[in-house]
Amino acid sequence: MRGTVAIAGAAESDLGEVAPGLTPVDLMVQASLRALEDCGLQVSDVDGLFAATTQLPMATLNLGEQLGVRPRYTDATQIGGSSFMAHVDHARAAIAASLCDVALVAYGSTQRSVGRSSASVQEVAPYEAPYRPLLPVTGYALATSRHMHEFGTTREQLAEVAVAARAWAQLNPKAWSRGALSIDDVLRSPMVCDPLTVRDCCLVTDGGGAVVVVSAQRARTLRRPPVHVLGAGEAHSHRHISSMPDLVRTAAAESGARAFGEAGVRPADIDVLELYDAFTITPILFLEDLGFCAKGEGGAFVEGGRIAPGGEVALNTNGGGLSYCHPGMYGLLAIVEAVRQLRGECGERQVAGAHLAVAHGNGGVLSSQCTLVLGDETTL
Amino acid sequence: MRESPAATFEAQCRARRLAFQVAPDGSAVFPPRLAAPGTGAPLQWSVSAGRGAVYAATVVRRRGEEPSSVVLVDLDEGFRMMSRVDGLAPEDVRIGLRVTARFTEDDPPVVFFVPEDAA
Repeated sequence: MRGTVAIAGAAESDLGEVAPGLTPVDLMVQASLRALEDCGLQVSDVDGLFAATTQLPMATLNLGEQLGVRPRYTDATQIGGSSFMAHVDHARAAIAASLCDVALVAYGSTQRSVGRSSASVQEVAPYEAPYRPLLPVTGYALATSRHMHEFGTTREQLAEVAVAARAWAQLNPKAWSRGALSIDDVLRSPMVCDPLTVRDCCLVTDGGGAVVVVSAQRARTLRRPPVHVLGAGEAHSHRHISSMPDLVRTAAAESGARAFGEAGVRPADIDVLELYDAFTITPILFLEDLGFCAKGEGGAFVEGGRIAPGGEVALNTNGGGLSYCHPGMYGLLAIVEAVRQLRGECGERQVAGAHLAVAHGNGGVLSSQCTLVLGDETTL
Repeated sequence: MRESPAATFEAQCRARRLAFQVAPDGSAVFPPRLAAPGTGAPLQWSVSAGRGAVYAATVVRRRGEEPSSVVLVDLDEGFRMMSRVDGLAPEDVRIGLRVTARFTEDDPPVVFFVPEDAA
């Protein structure tokens, strides 16, 4: 499947705090029209719909109704923030099987406007609920406690992730949080779930996005340079944090191995990393599990501004879920940023000579892991 | 099926017993379910001695509420569960702490843990 399909169009919807009355599907439609405009395709060209949001259990039905698309292939897979990497993987399978030709993958959320509790209906977990975990942050805090215990990871190392994200956000005019942020600021912020402070946690914003996936051949005839899907991998290991087999080893080790294996590249070859940063621990875990460093070395890996602008490793170049935008399921926006970096459209934050990118999505409480390896025309 | 796994577990809690399940290969299974993960084989019920160690720990801080402990405990029989540790300040609950199960006076009773030396 390597290189059979490409991302031809990519766009964000309005982000941050959107106009009163806008709905999740409005944001999907807005992003979809922008992504179609980006590549020069029409609504009438779309015959495959892929969408998910916490606010709409049947998201592709809403999207199809609003766009006036009667798709011949539809997939509303909902596996949290990793849904959209899975959608791209499923879209290429559908395109390869001639089940659709133009796949539209969309996301929209108004969780800031309507409030997190009404945007994300939490299913009741009877064996966890009596202990009143504050989900999802309690799950990530438990994993962080374990990472610190096993590997000596420090709160300062966690704070490095937040500070680097903020420095990238300062280069992105669309980022929600662009003010100065120091390691000390992160450490001294109010604790939410020990050892995670509010600055170790992602933003709560509105937002959405869309990408258009077509065959590589068709992508070459369109407006923008194709971004090829060189490899994709999916994996999940649990739904509840109490059922996660090992809190410091995620299924990203499986999804990453699948994606890198198919792409025929190694982590060291990657120019741009977009690794889902719901909390400061998550990029640390994914750097390890995807093979950018050894297990347990993620904390040391991010030290000294190494993942900040000007550092050795370009990680979460839009400012990520921590400082740019986190509408609840950030994965689609990680794909959009990877596409833009590979097309060289990122202005001040552009990574020079970016040919290969990883967009990695996380869903649930470290539950679902999906990895895309993307490349420009030179990488085929 | 006349009784759900949840109902069996709850009935055991009312008798102040921490129930778990055992797969044909002897591995412990929790939370309660219909079949052994990985094989689908039938499960047998067993009762834990209620002793274990804290595997992961956090303190949940809700606005306007006292900080509260949330932990994952590894029971000696080989299963893991979410719970809380009472009997010391939540921020003093350390990974590796040996703990013993207790039951609340709620209806149904809820399992929680206290430090082993306080038991």
